[in-house]
Amino acid sequence: MYFNAIANVIAGRTGCDVSTIKPESTFVELGIDSLDTVELLMQLEDELGFEIELDQAVTTVDDLDKAIQSKQG
Amino acid sequence: MLKGNVALITGGSRGIGAAIAKKYAALGADIAIVYAGNAQAAEEVCRACEALGVQARAYRCNVADFEECKRAVAAVKGDFGTVDILVNNAGIAKDGMLAMMSKDAFDQVVDTNLKGAFHMIRHCAPLFIRARKGCIVNISSVSGLMGNAGQCNYAASKAGLIGLTKAVARELAPRNIRCNAIAPGFIQTDMTAALSDAPLVQAIPLGTMGAPEDVADAAAYLAMAKYVTGEVLRVDGGLAM
Repeated sequence: MYFNAIANVIAGRTGCDVSTIKPESTFVELGIDSLDTVELLMQLEDELGFEIELDQAVTTVDDLDKAIQSKQG
Repeated sequence: MLKGNVALITGGSRGIGAAIAKKYAALGADIAIVYAGNAQAAEEVCRACEALGVQARAYRCNVADFEECKRAVAAVKGDFGTVDILVNNAGIAKDGMLAMMSKDAFDQVVDTNLKGAFHMIRHCAPLFIRARKGCIVNISSVSGLMGNAGQCNYAASKAGLIGLTKAVARELAPRNIRCNAIAPGFIQTDMTAALSDAPLVQAIPLGTMGAPEDVADAAAYLAMAKYVTGEVLRVDGGLAM
């Protein structure tokens, strides 16, 4: 549900082609370390216009998508 | 020298926190005081800061409560736009011999002194990370460095603050956010009023208890020391060297 928004923010940050980002891609594979993930979340908050309260570790893009969905549920 | 910065100081209504608020105000920072109970004292500190030409407001918040801290930081952000400097000074002591110490006496001291600092850092960190700058000053204690009989709860909380300081310093350094601690020795405040003739006081190399302003001078230094992070600065008259 938020996959496209997440993929666009990642592509913007890393300069990779957005089509190479898959739901199963891990943040490590995409060149995003744990502190970058924090900034990624903040950028997503700005894009999506709501606060993302993440209190669990996320490994893949799909993990993050699902985590945001569960908080918004 | 701190003009244009917003400083949030917990435990800012009296003692060391009030001295830090006034010092930062004298250096030009706008001041947000977080206080637990004494609204009148907090307002008096605000008026003293305003007299120095800065903006100042007081916020009631029990730092031991995660959600209250979240609301306090949001309120400060709403009023001042951001937080640039966070001083975790709020602290309590419930001294007693280990063999007679209640679970509550231990928990309450750790909840306020250590977890309170975590709560405030946790809620200010997003502001700092977005701004790519920030400064955190945690008020620890020589009790956390040396230990002190009758203070196992207090010493544990203050030693914990030093570990917290260093971990946060490492984690946030890549984002230009500094985190340091001050370890005051015996400082003349309400908390130490009963201690003036304790044996440890007589063991202070400089011979006297310190003043809150001595700790405020160190806090001012750490707010401006751009290349200093993860440091524990003793302000103790030589007590813990």
